[in-house]
Amino acid sequence: MTGSYIERTIASLIAASERAAIAEQLAFSEGVMQRVDPRVKVAGLFALIFVVAASRRLGVIAALFVIAVVLAAASKVRMRRLAGWVWLPVLFFTGAIALPAIFLTPGRAVGLAMTEQGVRAAAFLIGRAEAASTLSALLVLTTPWPWVLKALRIFRCPMVVVAILGMTYRYIFVILQTALEMFEARQSRAVGILPPSERRRLASSAAGVLLSKSVQMSGDVHQAMRSRGFRGEIHLLQDFRARAADWCWLAGFGAIAAASLWYGR
Amino acid sequence: MHIPDGYLSPATCAALYAGAAPFWYVSLQRMKRAFNTRMVPLLSVFAAFSFIIMMFNLPLPGGTTGHAVGVGIATIVLGPWASILGISIALVIQAVFFGDGGITAIGANCFNMAIIGSLAAYAIYRMLSGRAPITSVRRVIAAGIAGYIAINLAALAAAVEFGIQPLLYHDASGAPLYAPYPLRIAIPAMMIGHLTVAGLAEMVVSAGVVAYLQKSEPSLLTRTAPGAAEGSAVAPNLRPLWFALAVLLILTPLGILATGSAWGESTPAPEPRGLHALASFWTAPMARYAPPFLKSPAFGYLLSAMTGTGLILLAVLFAGWIANKRSR
Repeated sequence: MTGSYIERTIASLIAASERAAIAEQLAFSEGVMQRVDPRVKVAGLFALIFVVAASRRLGVIAALFVIAVVLAAASKVRMRRLAGWVWLPVLFFTGAIALPAIFLTPGRAVGLAMTEQGVRAAAFLIGRAEAASTLSALLVLTTPWPWVLKALRIFRCPMVVVAILGMTYRYIFVILQTALEMFEARQSRAVGILPPSERRRLASSAAGVLLSKSVQMSGDVHQAMRSRGFRGEIHLLQDFRARAADWCWLAGFGAIAAASLWYGR
Repeated sequence: MHIPDGYLSPATCAALYAGAAPFWYVSLQRMKRAFNTRMVPLLSVFAAFSFIIMMFNLPLPGGTTGHAVGVGIATIVLGPWASILGISIALVIQAVFFGDGGITAIGANCFNMAIIGSLAAYAIYRMLSGRAPITSVRRVIAAGIAGYIAINLAALAAAVEFGIQPLLYHDASGAPLYAPYPLRIAIPAMMIGHLTVAGLAEMVVSAGVVAYLQKSEPSLLTRTAPGAAEGSAVAPNLRPLWFALAVLLILTPLGILATGSAWGESTPAPEPRGLHALASFWTAPMARYAPPFLKSPAFGYLLSAMTGTGLILLAVLFAGWIANKRSR
């Protein structure tokens, strides 16, 4: 039981690292969406996510979901991976929330204590969650994270926020590695079964150690930045260059978003 | 509590982005002033820390597990403004990169967890910890309660956001377009899980990490403890409490000025026979707060209050004496 708690924590930390590594690998592979300018992808996919949220027709939401799946397939994203990472978790989570609505929402009875309005409400909730999650997964699986961040500048996101997001992403993996090593070290010394109170103490002290190390690390990083001439100004290398194909993609995303908004009113 | 895409209408999401924006702006300005060039690495590393803390699954009393947001401990160590930014950044990365929470709902999630959570945790922690020394147990308890209440207030805000959706947005047939449950279902559904599981996880992390830092790095707790008393085992000043107790004792005869009897204490229905048989088993020496040897009801009330208070104090002193003896 003790081992299983530490092992479960280690497994979840490893799973997060592995998922990020696979996403990065996919983002650099040769696929249709990987070739599109990141700014166009961010603008286009965010627009489609907004349309999914705004649409009042199930058919439009379903069509956007199909478009996301086709784009994913063309970008070498395996359907099995999408199902495991996105579709099933969303279906279990949102499905569990939406299921009672089928019976609790007042409206025209359609048998088995279900109502037509309840079924539609559940379909809207699950459909929106699946379509929006697939579109956002498509963005991160086909675009390296630093490029996504740089592309955020087109939304006038302050440069300092972009820099902090980039550094945070980097340090997530540093702290993740530290946490992993701490739990592995603890596991190697664990004998017998720890009571729940001891496991809580273990988790709290691990969090405390990580906090101390984070403070220490932020000081070290600051010193390193200062020694390299950092005076508070942030400059990002803007090396994106839109090609004719990117403008076509932008027009395509715009047309799909506008048509979906029109039909989904 | 991470709201996914599709649960809130675009208008609600926009309103919550707009509601969060001034807090982000003020936090950024305050951080720039307070930390200057240290701001970027400090916020980055702390946002990363908050992200990892959200992945820790904690064993909770009752056999279940839950994960904390880390808003309590981030606020106590960094202060509310830095916590607002740090938790917000962690939530943005969770939504965009890990799909935990929706992209359209980033404003709502940040408003609930980062803004409401941080400000509530700060207010409660400061109020409960007062000027207690950095290493006092009172700070551990204050941190736990602050984390618990902060996360529950954030959950309540999310529940209200869910609950207003069916009132505002439905199609022509009356089917809800977004979160389908009204307030009377959304609030209990959200709060039961947070009052019993998620709140406890936040409490365990907040109190546990403060207790750890008190022993290993108490300097990290000074940012939100201005005017904390020096030393570690300063006896609390009980004089105001003794004074308040004395005033309450003197005021006890006011109770007999009220007409009628206290609600719920009268017995209009006849006593069951079994209870009646037991009624004479024990006769209270000061029944109805009126000792038989005193004619004045006011003095009777006062004497009863003094006797009751004295007995409670004696019981507490006796329990303390036993506890001290056992610890030695």
